[in-house]
Amino acid sequence: MSATRLKYFQTGSFAAGNRLVEPDQRAVQSDPQRANAITCGHRACQGCGEALGARYALDAALRATDGDLIATNATGCLEVFSTPYPESSWQVPWIHSLFGNAAAVATGVAAALKAKGNTHTRVVGQGGDGGTVDIGFACLSGMFERGDDVLYICYDNEAYMNTGVQRSAATPPAAYTTTTQAVGDQPGAAWGQGKDAALIALAHEIPYVATATIADLRDLERKVHTAMEIRGARYIHVLVTCPLGWGAASADSIKLARLAMETGIFPVWEGEHGDVVSVTKIRHRTPVEEYLKLQTRFRHLFAPVRRDDVIARIQARADRNIARFGLLEALDEDQLDEAVEVDV
Amino acid sequence: MLEQIEGSQAVARAVAACRPEVICAYPISPQTHIVEALSRQVKSGALAPCEFVNVESEYAAMSVAIGASATGARAYTATASQGLLYMTEALYNASGLGLPIVMTVANRAIGAPINIWNDHSDSMSQRDSGWIQLYVESNQEAVDVHLQAFRLAEAVSLPVMVCMDGFILTHAVERVELPEQEQVDQFLPTFVPRQQLDPEHPLTIGAMVGPEAFTEVRYLAHYKQMQALDLIPEVAGLFEQRFGRSSGGLVRRYRSDDAETIIVALGSVLGTIEDVVDELRATGERIGAVAIRTFRPWPAAEVRSALAGAGRVIVLEKALSVGIGGIVSQNVQGALAGLPASVHTAIAGLGGRPITKASLRQLFAAARAGRLGELTFVDLNHQLVDAEIQRMLSDRRSGPHAENMLRDVGVVGAGPV
Repeated sequence: MSATRLKYFQTGSFAAGNRLVEPDQRAVQSDPQRANAITCGHRACQGCGEALGARYALDAALRATDGDLIATNATGCLEVFSTPYPESSWQVPWIHSLFGNAAAVATGVAAALKAKGNTHTRVVGQGGDGGTVDIGFACLSGMFERGDDVLYICYDNEAYMNTGVQRSAATPPAAYTTTTQAVGDQPGAAWGQGKDAALIALAHEIPYVATATIADLRDLERKVHTAMEIRGARYIHVLVTCPLGWGAASADSIKLARLAMETGIFPVWEGEHGDVVSVTKIRHRTPVEEYLKLQTRFRHLFAPVRRDDVIARIQARADRNIARFGLLEALDEDQLDEAVEVDV
Repeated sequence: MLEQIEGSQAVARAVAACRPEVICAYPISPQTHIVEALSRQVKSGALAPCEFVNVESEYAAMSVAIGASATGARAYTATASQGLLYMTEALYNASGLGLPIVMTVANRAIGAPINIWNDHSDSMSQRDSGWIQLYVESNQEAVDVHLQAFRLAEAVSLPVMVCMDGFILTHAVERVELPEQEQVDQFLPTFVPRQQLDPEHPLTIGAMVGPEAFTEVRYLAHYKQMQALDLIPEVAGLFEQRFGRSSGGLVRRYRSDDAETIIVALGSVLGTIEDVVDELRATGERIGAVAIRTFRPWPAAEVRSALAGAGRVIVLEKALSVGIGGIVSQNVQGALAGLPASVHTAIAGLGGRPITKASLRQLFAAARAGRLGELTFVDLNHQLVDAEIQRMLSDRRSGPHAENMLRDVGVVGAGPV
């Protein structure tokens, strides 16, 4: 009997269902026996993208290391909602020290393991965008340049959500936060500010840098897995939605993360030793307006007066990402790596 | 083994003998020679297994030490002055988490104005950080107390600061008895961490703690420091038994038992004070000295007992709490509550100003004559200060004090600009 290879995607999401693939290709989360880095019962908001991203990332790291893992954590939402002691959600050895030192504490853990001749236990540092791109940036950069054997994961929800939604260096221009209010001629966060932490990480020429979103969790799992197969300093920057800070419906968390990618606002790529080596192509190019209008942090762009000028500027920024990273180039068969091939 | 050796090199040798597993280093004078020497030892393999991490700041130095200590490694770093302040947040964290890190503080002034020379402003500013603070008087004591510090830190699971005078001790070359490795191995037990990040037994360390238990956690930190009050003399006693010399402990008395006037001080200045005490004793004056060797925990009972017979206590301190005066003297006053002794604070040696025998003779003579007030700034150049105060009064835009006064004393650009 001849076989025909077909490609299956779930409508809209392009994510392949676990039931369509071989057991060994299924997602970490589909395994009823999976390791669970963060158990249920934590106090994250409904629809929290960080809780989802951290669980998938850490569970993937646990699977990749066979449970032999130590995690450090910066102060922030993730630390607060997961450890109102004695209700710790962490099933891995976990330490929180300060807001700005998660990368350095991870370096210390890695140094101690090395001194003890322990080559099997691996180290993951984690923080939000504030703890990573702002207050923790010196420690992060130091960890990178020394090549310490740490995977650092930033869960970026684009502002200081834990303290009540203040602007960080990851807040996008024009976004409302409590310190970039929607008043005046140029409402929201200023233009020409902010930093791209993933590109700066890449500039350290460390072995592995990747971006990801919670819209494509299998991609996140794969990237964590890839990172755990490499030694040295590694960085994954995950865009995680925040219903509270973004002013969005909890049910829209995944949709918003997908739109951030499909509009070109958040480019998803992988880099090695200073070079971008692969990008996730945009399959349904979507105007930024579709992304912006779902979030009250951007509502001042639509009412009382519609600010086409600002929306166009955000569109131009997304278009620049698309051009810069080649997010729209024609897909060839090999690049449909997320598709599932099934013999029928 | 007796050697003619620089203080920093001697401390590096002592720390190396304690078999640290992770050393973090960020350069700041005057502690640099210590970590330079250790970096050489690690690089050569002599200290294996030990990791030497060149960090990007003192904040990172303490943070790396925190991660290493929580993973069960014996962790060490050294700093001074601005560096100690820059790691302040991590200092409180290390003690709050109960991590037995040992750190040398090569005591140095804090700016502004920037000043690299010795005083105690840096470590005194961290007296409430939850770290045990030991002050040493000589390089021999620096060596000895570092050995004791690791044992003490690990016994009570608290971090320990060994404070030694920058330059005066760190850069002084003198004869020091260095310990043999076997002696140290016998004195310092293997580090058994009270808590450890271990995938076999996952722990959450550094969780959020609310009002329901925060006071209790803080109380335990205090309780452990009170335990240390008993343990410090015990460790010093054991050290003396094993190494045959006395170092460390809570306080040390010098010709103070029948003294009418007692000078209280910390660190290397005790040598000068004792010389003057000897001179005055030769003239029949009943004067003595008490060295505070442990400042945190505060040995209130021992201080009270050492000073109980004195009519006059002069606390000579190398730090200033602006707006009130003495720091050590406040603690001394607390220890002497209800006793008749008058307590005088003498601020001396700030920013490296030499504390000379002549200055001390003058200070003690003023005390003898009943002319010593509650707060004295030893060797203060009143003329210089008065001129600047006059400038402030006469000109709203009189400019920066430091530069104005330097111009007056002719250190830089003498004469009007």
